[in-house]
Amino acid sequence: MAYVEKQDRGQLRVDVEECKGCGLCVEACPPKVIALGERLNHYGYRTAAYKGTGCTGCGICFMACPEPGAITVMRIVNRARSVEQCMVGASECASN
Amino acid sequence: MSSEMIAEYEVSHGKAKAFYERYERKDELQHQTHFCPGCGHGQTHKMLAKAIDELGIQNRTILVGPVGCGVFTYYYYDVGNISAAHGRATAVATGVKRSRPESIVIDYQGDGDLAAIGSAEILHAANRGEHITVIFVNNAIYSMTGGQLAPTTLLGQKTATSPEGRNAANEGYPLHVCELLATLEAPVYIERVGLGDNKQIMQAARAIKRAVENQVRGLGFSLIEVLSPCPTLFKMTPVEAQRWVRDVMEKTFPLGVFRDRTKEAQPRALPEAAPALDRIPQILGVANEDLPEGNPAVHDETAADLDLAVRVAGFGGQGVLLLGEVLAEAGLDAGLEVSWLPSYGPEMRSGTSNCHVRLATRVIDSPMVTNPDVLVAMNEPALRKFVKSVHAGGWILYNGEEFPADCEQPGVQVLACPFTEIADALGNARAGNMLMLGALLEMTGVLRDVNIDAALKRLVKNPRWTELNRRAIERGRELMRESRL
Amino acid sequence: MRKQLMKGNEAIVRSAILAGCRAFYGYPITPASEIAEAAALYMPRAGGVFLQAESEVAAINMIYGAAGAGVRSMTASSGPGISLMQEGISYMAGAELPCVIADITRGGPGLGNIAAEQGDYHQVVKGGGHGNYRTIVLAPHSVQEMADLTALAFELADRYRNPVFVLADGFIGQMMEPVEFSQTAVEPRTPDYAVTGTKETRGNLIGSLHLDIDEMEAHQGRMEAKYRHAEEHETRAEEWRTADAEIVLTGYGIMGRILKAVAAEARADGLKIGVLRPITLFPFPKLHFQRLAKSARVFVVVEMSNGQMLEDVRLALNGARPVEFLSRVGGNVPSHGEVLEFVRKLARQSLPALHLEEECVANV
Repeated sequence: MAYVEKQDRGQLRVDVEECKGCGLCVEACPPKVIALGERLNHYGYRTAAYKGTGCTGCGICFMACPEPGAITVMRIVNRARSVEQCMVGASECASN
Repeated sequence: MSSEMIAEYEVSHGKAKAFYERYERKDELQHQTHFCPGCGHGQTHKMLAKAIDELGIQNRTILVGPVGCGVFTYYYYDVGNISAAHGRATAVATGVKRSRPESIVIDYQGDGDLAAIGSAEILHAANRGEHITVIFVNNAIYSMTGGQLAPTTLLGQKTATSPEGRNAANEGYPLHVCELLATLEAPVYIERVGLGDNKQIMQAARAIKRAVENQVRGLGFSLIEVLSPCPTLFKMTPVEAQRWVRDVMEKTFPLGVFRDRTKEAQPRALPEAAPALDRIPQILGVANEDLPEGNPAVHDETAADLDLAVRVAGFGGQGVLLLGEVLAEAGLDAGLEVSWLPSYGPEMRSGTSNCHVRLATRVIDSPMVTNPDVLVAMNEPALRKFVKSVHAGGWILYNGEEFPADCEQPGVQVLACPFTEIADALGNARAGNMLMLGALLEMTGVLRDVNIDAALKRLVKNPRWTELNRRAIERGRELMRESRL
Repeated sequence: MRKQLMKGNEAIVRSAILAGCRAFYGYPITPASEIAEAAALYMPRAGGVFLQAESEVAAINMIYGAAGAGVRSMTASSGPGISLMQEGISYMAGAELPCVIADITRGGPGLGNIAAEQGDYHQVVKGGGHGNYRTIVLAPHSVQEMADLTALAFELADRYRNPVFVLADGFIGQMMEPVEFSQTAVEPRTPDYAVTGTKETRGNLIGSLHLDIDEMEAHQGRMEAKYRHAEEHETRAEEWRTADAEIVLTGYGIMGRILKAVAAEARADGLKIGVLRPITLFPFPKLHFQRLAKSARVFVVVEMSNGQMLEDVRLALNGARPVEFLSRVGGNVPSHGEVLEFVRKLARQSLPALHLEEECVANV
């Protein structure tokens, strides 16, 4: 689980069904953690993909992306969670 | 979203709620917009949707969409949608906002739509200070129709209809909408933003939100011009197109705030409540209780089969139309069928003027008096114009000392008097028409004083004329009586 | 009800507000300007909107917006202004939005003149804008009908969700006659298709774009069905002494009145003559013509235009009876004397023998 490791401030998710591979997010991303993938999606676009680490959650990629929901950016809620809190969180997750 | 992430991360930038989850109105690819990859419309759409979300106005918003690449706003926005004709979105938005002032009306247009075919509509909507928000996407080209010259195409820029590049001598210069509208008094907020890089994009989002917020606050007309890339027709990659906006387009269209009166502008007052429905007839002046009953009881039995056709003619300003109106109004007061038909238009302002009046006991078939029983000619040109139309047995009342010999008609009786001069002696030359009316009344015997008084009361509001008119009519009657002696 | 003397143009506005109209957008033009002037005075007092637009193009699109927002709305103009509105009228028909448009006609083409003419028949009755649509057209011949047909126009516009014209000439607009009005005002109601800026109407869409060709065809099919329904249910005409008429005079608006005066006089001469006055020009009263074709020998169309309604009369009769035509244009009006002379001359000629060509009429 991510919180166990050194945590990134942000996460991002790309909807490959919606992405048209324009690359504006790749250009816009300040820490340069987005790249166009090698694989083509269903419509023949090379879609954007998060490199996996380094997202700051700044949201610039979201604003630069022309598609309404192709990119979703998430920010960490609380970096200073105690282990107990994390465990509570985990148990909540488990109960879902 | 994976369950692990819920625990630790929350969405900070996600699809706006003002967008539909899926675009059901689209036939296919209902999870994607119809825009080309890298199109600035998409970013602008997102900024607007975000503003709607953040201001909490989804249920109040009416989006007026254009014709152009932005035509499908209604595919995407889960708000009230109206699709306008090319160039007419500001007029449509005006019609919506004026009738639904509590709604938030957003007008979305491209450069061809707003700055070319809709240039009159945007100018006047801005000048009236319509309480709408205009999002104006300028990508310097007609995109939907395939890349023709736009009013905002840059000098030298090649398009399908400027194959050698825009030439100022032929197509004029790029139109600066913000600068143009900023010369007007009414607009509250005008800003040009760009989509050329991250910094510009963030400013564009702020400006769009502010333009919508101005309307929420009731401040007035706001317009945001968005310099926007069209990679397809610029024939560039999306990133190149974006940079072209920043590095080239911005030189012609400098970014910035061209008008900001948001601090001093006063929120618009809410419209007054509409009057109660049962008051409407009264407001319109058609309520029975407000209308005169008339004086039909005095109507002369001998005129039971009355059918009187009168033509009144003269110069504008002689009271030609009023004479006819008094006759018609008095006829109505007496319970007769009446019609009054004027000459109209420029004739009212100068030159000749005439009207047709009919009074009858039976329903009047035609209001046109081509062969009058009585011609009231208030000057010689009028006499000459209509003298031949009077039928045998008819009358001519002529405003002049001497009746021109060549105007005499067989079987037509004439009363020629200098009515205007006599009126002048009575107190005012303008009462000449009332003298002629008096003569006409005496001659035809169809109406009583009570009818005339009722008519004058309705038609001549200024009391200073009342007494003079009464005397003029009486004098006119005398002149007719004297002529018969 | 008590009558008052009023111009036709002013009667339209009163009647419109009584009928629940609460938005007027217009542009001045002779001889229709009194309509805008009266609307400027009364519309705000009644809680409605009046705005003088920058053009007729803008005015009709403001009407589009108001109608889209669910408000009974109207505009008024004359020939040149109606030409400019045709785009918006096509869009309104396509988007199935109701509105009432008063056309107080003048002389044309081009700048023409401001005298009364009936040259707008084609552009109004046949639909002057693009695409497959019709407008319902009502043609008053008196100030009272200006009031009554305006009220009807709003009902029809809502019933058919389509623009409805009140087509009158400068005479009917400018003349004053006694008129009486309804003493009860219709309550403005918001139709359920309107976009009003509420949660409930968020899903509504006003527009006329149908990219899918089958969807476009289906939409036009629904519109066409409306027009057929209107033809069956809304056709109106006035007949005056047609029962035994051998000669049927026909004309609309001011001409209808002149024709009645002519017919009355010709009757006194012993001519069997009557008048058929179309009140709806679309739908055209075809059946009235077809029914009279069984008894009348000849029809005489009298117009202040160059044979525009004549075409509809000929289509309706489909050759069943001869159709004579008399017209004056440019602001001249076929006078009582002219029409009478025309009719007398016609009567002196041997009228075609009356064979009841049932099959011919029936095939119309």
